[in-house]
Amino acid sequence: MAEIEEGKGLSQSLHQSAAAYAVIREQFADAISDFDANETMPFFEVIETEKWPDIALFMRDHPKLKFNYMACLSGVDYPAEEKLGIVCNLESLGAFGHRIAVKVKCSREGGSIPTAAYVWHTANWHEREAYDMFGMQFTGHPDHRRILCPEDWEGFPLRKDYKVQESYHGIKVPY
Amino acid sequence: MSVSAISQISLPFLMGNNLNAWSDALAGLTISWFPLGLVIIAAIPLVFIALYALTYGVYGERKISAFMQDRLGPMEVGKWGILQTLADILKLLQKEDIVPTSADKFLFVIGPGILFVGSFLAFAVLPFSPAFIGANLNVGLFYAIGIVSLEVVGILAAGWGSNNKWSLYGAVRSVAQIVSYEIPAAIALLCGAMMAGTLDMQQISVLQSGPYGFAHFFLFQSPIAWLPFLIYFIASLAETNRAPFDIPEAESELVAGYFTEYSGMKFAVIFLAEYGSMFMVSAIISIVFLGGWNSPLPNLGSVALYDWTSGPVWGAFWIISKGFFFIFVQMWLRWTLPRLRVDQLMYLCWKVLTPFAFISFVLTAIWEIYVP
Amino acid sequence: MQELGMAEQGSIRVSRKDDNVVVIEKDLATEEMLLSMGPQHPSTHGVLKLECMTDGEVVTSAEPYLGYLHRCFEKHCEVVDYPGIVPYTDRMDYLAGMNNEWAYCIAVEKLLDIEIPRRVEFIRVMVSELNRIASHLVAIGTYGIDLGAFTPFLFCFRDREHILNLLEWASGARMLYNYIWIGGVAFDIPADFNKRVKEFVDYFRPKVVELYKLLTENEIFVKRTKGIGIMPADVAINYAWSGPMLRGSGVQWDLRRNDPYSVYPELDFNVPVPDGKFSDIGDCLSRHLVRALEMEESLNIIEQCISKMPGSDGFNPRSAVPKRVRPKAGEVYARAENPRGELGFYIQSDGKSTKPLRCKARSSCFVNLSAMKDLSKGQLIPDLVAIIGSIDIVLGEVDR
Repeated sequence: MAEIEEGKGLSQSLHQSAAAYAVIREQFADAISDFDANETMPFFEVIETEKWPDIALFMRDHPKLKFNYMACLSGVDYPAEEKLGIVCNLESLGAFGHRIAVKVKCSREGGSIPTAAYVWHTANWHEREAYDMFGMQFTGHPDHRRILCPEDWEGFPLRKDYKVQESYHGIKVPY
Repeated sequence: MSVSAISQISLPFLMGNNLNAWSDALAGLTISWFPLGLVIIAAIPLVFIALYALTYGVYGERKISAFMQDRLGPMEVGKWGILQTLADILKLLQKEDIVPTSADKFLFVIGPGILFVGSFLAFAVLPFSPAFIGANLNVGLFYAIGIVSLEVVGILAAGWGSNNKWSLYGAVRSVAQIVSYEIPAAIALLCGAMMAGTLDMQQISVLQSGPYGFAHFFLFQSPIAWLPFLIYFIASLAETNRAPFDIPEAESELVAGYFTEYSGMKFAVIFLAEYGSMFMVSAIISIVFLGGWNSPLPNLGSVALYDWTSGPVWGAFWIISKGFFFIFVQMWLRWTLPRLRVDQLMYLCWKVLTPFAFISFVLTAIWEIYVP
Repeated sequence: MQELGMAEQGSIRVSRKDDNVVVIEKDLATEEMLLSMGPQHPSTHGVLKLECMTDGEVVTSAEPYLGYLHRCFEKHCEVVDYPGIVPYTDRMDYLAGMNNEWAYCIAVEKLLDIEIPRRVEFIRVMVSELNRIASHLVAIGTYGIDLGAFTPFLFCFRDREHILNLLEWASGARMLYNYIWIGGVAFDIPADFNKRVKEFVDYFRPKVVELYKLLTENEIFVKRTKGIGIMPADVAINYAWSGPMLRGSGVQWDLRRNDPYSVYPELDFNVPVPDGKFSDIGDCLSRHLVRALEMEESLNIIEQCISKMPGSDGFNPRSAVPKRVRPKAGEVYARAENPRGELGFYIQSDGKSTKPLRCKARSSCFVNLSAMKDLSKGQLIPDLVAIIGSIDIVLGEVDR
């Protein structure tokens, strides 16, 4: 935050992101973390996970924000923090053109994140993929199934502690 | 020696130039008790069709499509790939004849048979030359229209018997399509029959003979005839399941339609039946509207082109050339046009072709009564 | 007498007398049929499976099933170092390998913060635009096949062959190039390459017009695609559609213009969107039209590249290629305009390793396809095929 106030050496797009962040901060105050103003991917984190759908809806519909385009939603594993998370890259397409990333985290074992699939339709499949690869639950998801791996696959392949299963329907898996 | 004399150089047995002379003579040929002649009569169109389907049908289609698509087509087997079709036939003969376990065996086996029979039975009434017709029926045209409907049964049997959802879709589509398109097709042919005043195929051809060649063809006898001609051509494309009406086999939608499950020789039989009906509808359209075996060349004073190019052998040449021309147009359309959708196909049949067929029917009747 | 069965639609009333069931009244009850379209089906463009509930020819719902071509791209990325990932990106959208590599390299270069030589940038633009044309040619050709027109497909492949020859000449491979490297390109383009490209551009311009006449303006083709699968612009944005799909819905959005990267700001090109005269905005025909028009824009870009490209004197295509790629700790989300839309890479680096901690590919086909369920509701089977074709999926990229 301090960096932005000084405003030195920051690109224009970062300024836009910071301005957008300020609007969200005003509404949700402590539910979100400080703004991480880096050049490659400016982001903030949602601390109160259960508020994520409200924040998402606010970001999409607020006349000054209009984050109508979810470019990407990636699942991430943070073994050091014992957490799983998602990173959403949002953009205001056509309206303002500003971009920001949002991180939402949940606990590693049995954690859950409220779904954003009702805010951005595109999140539906992205969240299914994140569940498929990392195993976090998305509460309220309309179609909570695996998407890329088979339904009866064991484990979540992109977790850092993933051990591949020995055999799948009689087929030897590790090669 | 004039050109017409060439046709006279043939076996004495084949010399006759009277109507149906060859076929009548052949029919009388009996060795002790065995009616060999009748068997030969039946065999001649079949042999012709087998040769045609092999050479012009399959090979021609591949070469013509290759020419249209800027590629070479079959080039490996024989010079210019001429023997490719033979090689394919050998391959198909050796293939395992698979009947899916869950298929209805009887329907599955009988389906291609009915299809084949349906498309080849109509060849009996096609006058191949002024002296040769398999069976000179006085209701030949009616018979030809009627026997084509038999194909529907074969397609339905093949599609239903396969016990495959795609086959079922293909069969249902095909039945709906063929049954619908028979109406404009039959009415369009009726216009031709009305101009002739007979349903006898040989008579229809005879009525279009004359020293002015093409001017005697029904197509040029009345301006209205163009309408049933076009209607029949479009409807015949649909009846033979050719593009742009190939929705029963629509390979990008229904995999292969009603013959998805077929392989080996059964597949080849279905294929042969398709090319058989292609030639059949082409021959019918040339008999009814384009004079059948009549030479299109007119006599120009002393240059008696018509006389030179008439005769039994020339007759066979002309009808086969006319048939091939229409098959070429069918192929041309197939490799140019996309496919219609199911509802658009029905729209075209019931709301465009059928009303226009009726209109042309009435107009032809008026023309025949009031225009001498 | 009693009511025995209620079918889903229509009811059957039966009477039961001495164990003999007699049907006394029967509505025209029709059952819906489950139809598995794919994974082996000629027009699902690979191994997509659609489970359709059909009522006659009408598809009441279609549920896509993916994963048949899942090759664990993201898992591989965690065990391969940064430059080693480039060949894997080729194999995602195998019809546009150059564009994939470039998008990935942009992401890593952003993380590394390195300056790219100017000639490299122009080479990258040129090969990518060539690849874009090749990719659109496949899209248009296979779309013709989906609708039953076989010939345009072969015309497209004939012309694509020239592009593949050019790219093979530059990179040594026909489809999976490994040509664009982090910080540079593998080799400088061969001498006379630009001349040959110019020849191709001159050859190809009339062919585009020919394709228009053969396919796009064909009456039956227009009938089959116009007004089918309409996607309104706001829904398209909500589904995060991108590329020709989004532009087909009338949104003038092109990353080359709206989030410019490389030397695109210096190049002059249009972003074609349908005007609603020839097609209904957002339908299959619009999407097809956008692809067809984009090929001409790509030709314009290539011509400008040829004239603006700096000379090769003293040029080393690998001068900016880092010896050892170890980015500082951080995250990046970078994207590029692929033939199929926005291809983004989310990369997380821990600053110590030469391998990424997490590398996610945001696949444009995956996102575009996610709208399939909504688009397919109540369509006829032939229209369903038309819609899948217009989405132009490459299953290699959907499943990764």
